[in-house]
Formats: sequence, C-alpha cells, structure tokens
Amino acid sequence: MSKLAGEQMAELQSHASNIRQEIVKMVAAANSGHPGGSLSAADIVTVLYFHEMNIYSDKPADPDRDRFILSKGHASPVLYAALAEKGFFPKEELATFRKLNTRLQGHPSRKLLPGVEQSTGSLGQGLSSGIGMALAGRLDKKDYRVYVMMGDGEIQEGMVWEAVMAAGHYGLDNLCAFVDSNHLQIDGNVEEVMNPHPIDDKFRAFNWHVIEIDGHDMEQIISALHEAKQVKGKPTMILANTVKGKGISYMENVCGWHGTAPNSEQLQKALDELCGNGGEQ
Amino acid sequence: MEKTVQKKATRDAYGEALVEVGKKNPNVVVLDADLSKSTKTNDFKQVFPDRFINAGIAEANMVGMAAGLSSCGKVPFASTFALFGSLRVADMIRNSVCYPNLNVKIAVTHQGLTLGEDGASHQAVEDVALLRAMPNMTVIIPADATETKKAIHAAAETYGPMYIRMGRPSIPVLFDDSYDFQIGKGIQIREGNDVAIIATGVMVHIALEAAELLAGEGINARVINMATIKPIDEEIIVKAAQETKGIVTAEECNILGGLGAAVAEVLCEKHPAPLRRVGVEDTFGESGKPDELLQKYGLTAENIAAKAKELL
Ligand SMILES: Cc1ncc(C[n+]2csc(CCOP(=O)(O)OP(=O)(O)O)c2C)c(N)n1
Ligand SMILES: [Mg+2]
Repeated sequence: MSKLAGEQMAELQSHASNIRQEIVKMVAAANSGHPGGSLSAADIVTVLYFHEMNIYSDKPADPDRDRFILSKGHASPVLYAALAEKGFFPKEELATFRKLNTRLQGHPSRKLLPGVEQSTGSLGQGLSSGIGMALAGRLDKKDYRVYVMMGDGEIQEGMVWEAVMAAGHYGLDNLCAFVDSNHLQIDGNVEEVMNPHPIDDKFRAFNWHVIEIDGHDMEQIISALHEAKQVKGKPTMILANTVKGKGISYMENVCGWHGTAPNSEQLQKALDELCGNGGEQ
Repeated sequence: MEKTVQKKATRDAYGEALVEVGKKNPNVVVLDADLSKSTKTNDFKQVFPDRFINAGIAEANMVGMAAGLSSCGKVPFASTFALFGSLRVADMIRNSVCYPNLNVKIAVTHQGLTLGEDGASHQAVEDVALLRAMPNMTVIIPADATETKKAIHAAAETYGPMYIRMGRPSIPVLFDDSYDFQIGKGIQIREGNDVAIIATGVMVHIALEAAELLAGEGINARVINMATIKPIDEEIIVKAAQETKGIVTAEECNILGGLGAAVAEVLCEKHPAPLRRVGVEDTFGESGKPDELLQKYGLTAENIAAKAKELL
C-alpha cells in the first residue's frame, strides 16, 4: 500500500487533533465523562471516519454504509467529536454532553443520535451486534464493512468470547474488530486485574486474522485496515497498542484519568499541548 | 428546614460496613468487577487484601465464583453497579445462587436514576422487579447511611441470598445508631392517619419532605420506611390501609414490579385500599444530575404530596 501524500496525512492529523480538543472540552464542560479511553482511541476513530469508512452525514441511514460500533461506550466523547467533525451535528452541541435532555448521552444512544449504530455502555456487547450487522450484509449481498472498537479491559467479559467464537465460526471477513490495548482499566493495569493476554493468540485460535499495530501511527492504522479487506473467510482483529490519555502529557498512562474531568486550568494546559502538537495554529 | 442535615452516600457506608463485618467474621470475602473504587469495596481490599477478589469486567463469572465460595462456607459480598449486578447476571443469580439457596450477598451501588450522568445504559430501574421474582431472594434498599450499615451487618449474619441496593450520591442521614433495623420489617418513621406514604431507599427522605408539605395543608401523612422489599412487611401495609384513607408508594424503580407493585399485591389480597405509585413510569432514564433527574421523572416531594391529596 502506498504511503499517504503529505497533505492527506496533515489533514488526518488535524482532524485527530480537533477531535482530541473536543474530547477534553466536552468532558470539562460536563465535569463528567471518560477522557483516557477516548484519547487512546482517537487516532483509529479518526482514520475510520476520515479515511476508511463509507459514511456521510447527509445519509446516516444509507443501507450501504459501513458501520462503526463503539463497544467501549464510555469513550463516547471520541465518537461524538468524530461525528461532529464529520458534520452529523453542530460542534456547539458537544457542550450539551451528559447534561439533562441531551442527545449526547453519557454512553451512546442509537435511538437519540443519528450516526450512532448501536447503543453501548454496558461493556462486552458491541461485537455481537457487529456480527449481526455483518451477517445481514452477507445475506443482503452488500459489501459494507463493520468495525467494532473494544477496550482491553472490556474483553474480560465472557460474552466477548462467545462473539469471537461466532465471528470466527461464520468466517465473517466483512467484520473488523479493534482492541484498544492501552493496558489500563478502572482498578489498575489489565495484566494485574484480570490478565487477558495473549490477546492475539486467543483470537487466532478462534479463526481470526490478527494484525498488531501502533494505534497512534496513522500509516499503520491505514495499512492494517487495507490488509483486513484482503483477508478472505476470516474476521480481522487489529490489536492496537495505545496509550491511555494519549496527547495530553499529564493524562498519559495515568489510571485516574479513566473517568475524571479536567478542571479549567488542566483543560487549558491540555488544549495548549494539543495545539502545539501540529493541530490548529 | 434551616438546620443543616448531615449527608452521606450509602455506598460510603457500605465500604465502612464491609470492613466492620470483615473484622467480625473471617469468612467474609468481597468480590468486585473492576469498580472497587466506585462501589467502595476498595475499603475492604485495603484492610483484607487476601479476602478481596477482583473478577475483572466479568460480572457473570463473579456471581458464579461467589456461589462456589459460599458453598465452601464463605460469606461472599459481590459488588458492582446495580445494573451489572442484577440484569446482566440474572440467570446466574437465579440458577447458581437462589436455586441452591446459597449465602451470596449481591451488594450493588449506583442504583436507579440517581446514578446520574452515565445515563440510561447504567441506570437500573428494573432490577427490583426482577430480583423480587426469584425464590429465596431477599431484597433490601437502605434509606440512609445508618440503615446501610445495619443492613450489611444483618446480611452478614443472616443466611441466604440477598440483593442490597445502594446509591451513588450523598443523601441525608435520617437515623442514629438507636435505629432498629430488621430484615423484613417496615418502620413507621412519622405518625399520621390521613394518608400513608410507603417509601424505600432515596425516596424516604423525599417522602418525609412530602409529609411536611402535606402538614402545611393540615393533612397528616404517616411515613413508612420499607427497606425490605422482599419479604415485604404485610402487617404494616394492612395496618396503614386500615388506619388511613389510602397509600402512596415512592421508589427509585420502575413502578412495574417494584415497591408499588409489592404493596398493591398485599392490598388487593388482604385489605383493598386506594393506592398511588410514585416511581419511574416504565421508561428509561437519561444523563443528568441526580436531582435534575428526580425532578424530571416526578420523584419529588411535590408529586408525592399531589398523589396523596388525590386519595382524600
Ligand atoms: C458490563 C459493564 N461492567 C462494568 C462497567 C463499568 N466500566 C466502565 S469503563 C470500565 C473499564 C473499561 O476498561 P477498558 O475496556 O480497558 O477501557 P479503556 O481503557 O479503553 O477506557 C468499566 C469497568 C461497564 N460499563 N459495563
Ligand atoms: Mg483499557
């Protein structure tokens, strides 16, 4: 796969930076929400929405669209920021996140917000819905693809492994799952709380194609998605090595930023860092 | 209401109570599913690290492990948010805990709407209906921090499956240490013979406010704290039906199957009387601050008082 032209890459980087800024602004405005896992997933979500997926804000219910399920629904800020950046709703609405009467619920609601493919928040359930969408695509002879994003703590749920077995069993090559391997959950390191590793071999044993990448390297994300499309007869799992809180120095790899909002001073520092990192001038 | 009321979250009282029962009984073990800082089981973990078991984000396995521990004489308290400790694992509780009648305490926090900003996906309002329908299960919703402590001590000392439902936000402390908690007993906490308000959990202090509103209009409302939803205290319900013009129930649950339903069942069979139910009216909640949500969904003193007046 050829490398992205410099300006395309710069564009993706700028979307990713905008999304990161909106994540911290939104969580700070709500004084509630989950910045850490939103930031670790931000680069992958950026590539999906601005490079890979065939979705358009003016036809959110197009039967041929690609689907993205944020199974780790607590990372809703990254999804909302991407949808707003993509034009599904005005960015001003992000300020309503987690407030009474909002469409931007603490965890994504399919019923309330166009662009949200499945309601999530209760961990471990998204992959199964993704399998359903992939099976429907096969039945309807459609060539859309289904993407599911899971957390590395989330995959401790038994239901995930029922789904992993089913997707492998049905050989769903139109399904691609990400595991956001940021090594943290709420009570500590995933390895210490309930070790899910080796994640790659487990998926392989269930008939999945596995690709391991740096989940913050745009080129690697793009080429992994490209490779996944070439695989026949198997679903693909992209094991993304990521940093929880990525992009904001004081949040990176700090467990406490899983579900804590920055105060106004911390928000300013975060925005300064993000703008300095090749985002907006 | 000028005097300042002391406030405390029932989950905070839970963490403290766990340490106390852990000291009393070496067989007490605590399980959690990656929420120990929120459920406050972390308090127990700090004191008794060897008797704390983190299941990871795997609630079904947590309940199954608790069942096995109980069968070997341990007294497991398994904790997570109310939604994941009930609806997510309903069959495991039914078949691995209730059916063999094992001594497992499912002690959950972040109940109902007052969980707040996380929204509907995390707001269990159906759990009480579900757990109440399981044979052998006892269901308890403490009204404040004091009652929580007493309930946890009672749970540790009383054999059998129990579901104890606690909350996230700070709420008024209503009772002092002399408060007499007994599993299966409702307690009258305010006298009155015009109407009776039977409330549970966070709605108890709101029911007391409603009674004040009614008193301002010359209406004397009896208030009953019904901490145990199952087995329900039939006697106190029948007495209230006999001595007042009608009953209003108040709960932070779906009115389908919750406290209101339990009271209705007793009234219909034992002493038919007019009833109004205040609670979540068969709908999902949403994100918002706990108080805003109680307001929006009608779980207020004003609404309880208005329903009470309908009975006069
Ligand atoms: C079934 C269920 N159990 C527990 C929770 C509470 N919870 C929310 S996020 C989280 C930790 C998730 O860790 P991980 O999947 O690694 O997410 P990330 O690190 O990407 O934020 C937990 C336990 C939940 N949302 N759903
Ligand atoms: Mg993680």
